[in-house]
Amino acid sequence: MALAVSAFAADPPILIQNATILTVTKGTVKGSILLQGGKIAAIGDKVMAPPGATVIDGAGKFVMPGIIDCHSHIMAEAINEGTVSVSAMVGIEDVLNPEDVAIYRALAGGVTTANILHGSANAIGGKTVVTKMRWGKSTDEMKFEGALPGIKFALGENPKRAGNAQGFGTTTTLRYPATRMGVEDVIREAFNDAKDYQNVWKLYNAKVAKGDIAIPPARDLKLDALVEVLEGKRLVHAHCYRQDEILMLIHVADDYGFKIRTFQHVLEGYKVANEIKAHGAGASTFADWWAYKMEAKDAIPYNAAIMVKKGIVTSLNSDDAELMRHLDKEAAKTLKYGNLTEDEALSLITINPAKQLMIDKRVGSLEVGKDADVLLFDGHPLSNMSKVVKVFIDGHEYFDRDHDIEGRPAKEIEKKALTGKRAGTTGGQN
Amino acid sequence: MGQRHGTLLAVLALTGAGALGLQAQSKGSWALKDARIVRVSGPVIEHGTVVVRDGLIEAVGDANTAVPADAWVVDCKGLSVYPGLIDGLDNWGQTNSPPATPALGAGGRGGGGRAAAAATPVAAPTATTTAVATTPSRGPEDRPSNMAYLKASDQVYPNDRILETQRNGGFTSAVSFPTGNIFSGQGSVINLFGERAGDLVVEPAIGQYVTLGSGGRGGGGRGYPGSLMGVIAYIRQIYLDAGHYKLAKDIYAKHPQGLQRPAYDRTLEGVLASPRVLIPATREVEIERMLAFTKELKLNAILYGGHEAWRSADALKKAGNPVLLSLKYPERAADADPTLEEPIRTLQLREKAPSTAGALAKAGVKFAFYSDGLATPREIKAAVKKAIDAGLDPAAAVRALTLSTAEIFGVENRLGSIDKGKIANLVVADGDLFATATKVKYVFVDGAKFEPPVEDAPGGRGGRGGRGGFGGPANQ
Repeated sequence: MALAVSAFAADPPILIQNATILTVTKGTVKGSILLQGGKIAAIGDKVMAPPGATVIDGAGKFVMPGIIDCHSHIMAEAINEGTVSVSAMVGIEDVLNPEDVAIYRALAGGVTTANILHGSANAIGGKTVVTKMRWGKSTDEMKFEGALPGIKFALGENPKRAGNAQGFGTTTTLRYPATRMGVEDVIREAFNDAKDYQNVWKLYNAKVAKGDIAIPPARDLKLDALVEVLEGKRLVHAHCYRQDEILMLIHVADDYGFKIRTFQHVLEGYKVANEIKAHGAGASTFADWWAYKMEAKDAIPYNAAIMVKKGIVTSLNSDDAELMRHLDKEAAKTLKYGNLTEDEALSLITINPAKQLMIDKRVGSLEVGKDADVLLFDGHPLSNMSKVVKVFIDGHEYFDRDHDIEGRPAKEIEKKALTGKRAGTTGGQN
Repeated sequence: MGQRHGTLLAVLALTGAGALGLQAQSKGSWALKDARIVRVSGPVIEHGTVVVRDGLIEAVGDANTAVPADAWVVDCKGLSVYPGLIDGLDNWGQTNSPPATPALGAGGRGGGGRAAAAATPVAAPTATTTAVATTPSRGPEDRPSNMAYLKASDQVYPNDRILETQRNGGFTSAVSFPTGNIFSGQGSVINLFGERAGDLVVEPAIGQYVTLGSGGRGGGGRGYPGSLMGVIAYIRQIYLDAGHYKLAKDIYAKHPQGLQRPAYDRTLEGVLASPRVLIPATREVEIERMLAFTKELKLNAILYGGHEAWRSADALKKAGNPVLLSLKYPERAADADPTLEEPIRTLQLREKAPSTAGALAKAGVKFAFYSDGLATPREIKAAVKKAIDAGLDPAAAVRALTLSTAEIFGVENRLGSIDKGKIANLVVADGDLFATATKVKYVFVDGAKFEPPVEDAPGGRGGRGGRGGFGGPANQ
């Protein structure tokens, strides 16, 4: 982290002039934005370039905050620990691969921050991690410093599928649960265990406080993570589709005294928007992706807009490396389906996911003092004719469309040389 | 077997080694005269003498070194003496190779009662490569795939045929490990000759062999852990458990009355008893990941694999962990789809893997080579030659199969160089050890002299297929 900060601080200031600046939270500004010391230093119709600044002419171009994807699986070298119904002991942060080319492609689509989740194979899945797309940096530098960790829950078809003989590939051993009832039971039992574990530690600490000699309880990584959920130190992101299972999880969380931070996918969220709002959860959904299985059938493209109008903090996510590259176009669909304003549409992929991940003090809009995670478009980002031209994270340029195109022939030459060598050494047996 | 000396038959009968197909001459004293001596621990002696007695190096010096009157003199004019090669990671000596097939003439191969005894271990332990087969695990509390309490030294077979194959190529020692589990057990430094299992063992327990065995994507209902992150979480939990186990035992030892006794746990005993941990890391991302992980767990860790370590030399130098470099370089699968477009990263890895040793040497990273399943000395030496051609200093190449290996495993006071008092493991060759045309003339193991037979056609000797590799999960 210290390394990262010093590296970013070394970047010269960048001034983008004459651009249309979509701040998302503070309206649209025609003028300049200054990135300095990794932060947004100034926004206004006239900003003076500090000495040594790189000045970019933004005439005819648009500036917006970096896109935040609340649900992604890129850069993970494992997705599911599906052998058990509660895999809270495992964590995506242990298997991040900062060399995954999907990071670069996401950058090219304007994503600067992503929540990397465990898969949905089990009722309580593994730990999640918030990352920035700092392409070329180390694993540690990919992590969004200071962001609260999360955990994946999953309801419905996926976690119960391993309980059926046909489920999840070549499964020969059935795994409890096999029904939605069982999914609820697994979650309840896990939190019963977590509460017992909390108590065992309380008893031990009381003994030690009294001066008694005692052997401490053994630490359990699985229950540690669930205790963090109970204590509000770990955010729950729950994969779900149907309204009945959404209500079920709200009841379970209320019973055990914890909060669901976001419902993910939540395609029937429009049916239970009042309940989601009352619980205080966010909703992270797709614009118009559904019907890929029975439980994803009863969806409507107005889902996001309805939840926004009900006052739920709503975002659009990708759950997919390809979709991740055009989340701005996904947001644009809500202009047609639900008549959201441009700022509301852009909020779905910027400030709202930032709020859901509790990083909105740092990112999600263009405001002085926030991280200089900034996109430059060659047109309005909500037009499907526009492309990302430059991407800055912490004031450092991580993507430039022209440089990318210029660099392609050299890469081709290197690749041809290497493959040519291969053909030579293997005697052309391939 | 080529038996070229009249006396050899008698020697074979005496030592009982006949059934093992050896050309050993008895221990005693030897003087290797007029040799070029590559000591590794010091400068090369161009014309000198090495004196061996009772399995140890008695003297090493220039041409004026006294030759004891009772020593058999071996004329080494034009020959080079090296320390015996040490393979840094394998499972040599852990396969019970039955006596040679009757077609080779079992009756004519020495073999009295002692020979039979040597060839048949008293108690045949279960095969070491068998993973723990139990009911699917519910989670880490079941401690699946943990056989940390095993030791290679407890399951050594002097008749494993690979010992002879590798010895004929100049290998005199190996660091041999149990395999097949996430915690596979502790490795042992063994010499590649001995009548009985115990004779082979130089150091019985030098470190725990850890794999990330179940790594990969995908869910499923099989036993935990079923993914790379599951394995990592599992290993983290095991070390937490081991720390707690030790603490609980310490508290109980001080206050045995009034406390419930902690249950004995052989897996955690094995974890706690291991002075080192070997953990796989082949690609740059894996090296970075495992350096961070083993630092978090405060392990005395050795990384093995290392093909892409040329990218990580600085990080490795900074971390200070030694590396065991696989000599089985990544190759495109023979049956790979010819139309498959491979990422440039993969192509670069294949191109640059042989240059890794040179890069590590330059950066000052402690490293040694290991065979990684290559079954014959010919293949191993060809791979070392590749590393030399890609920039590794030839003297550093010798060190990476001798003294560096000994240092990494803490046996440099006994093995790895030609110094007075060390174990008399030597290889005598008619030229540079890794040059293609060089022949190994003599091999000494614990002071016993062997004359390797003249090599047959490429790949002809050895007679066994490759063994399972020891690379990381992402070997490609």
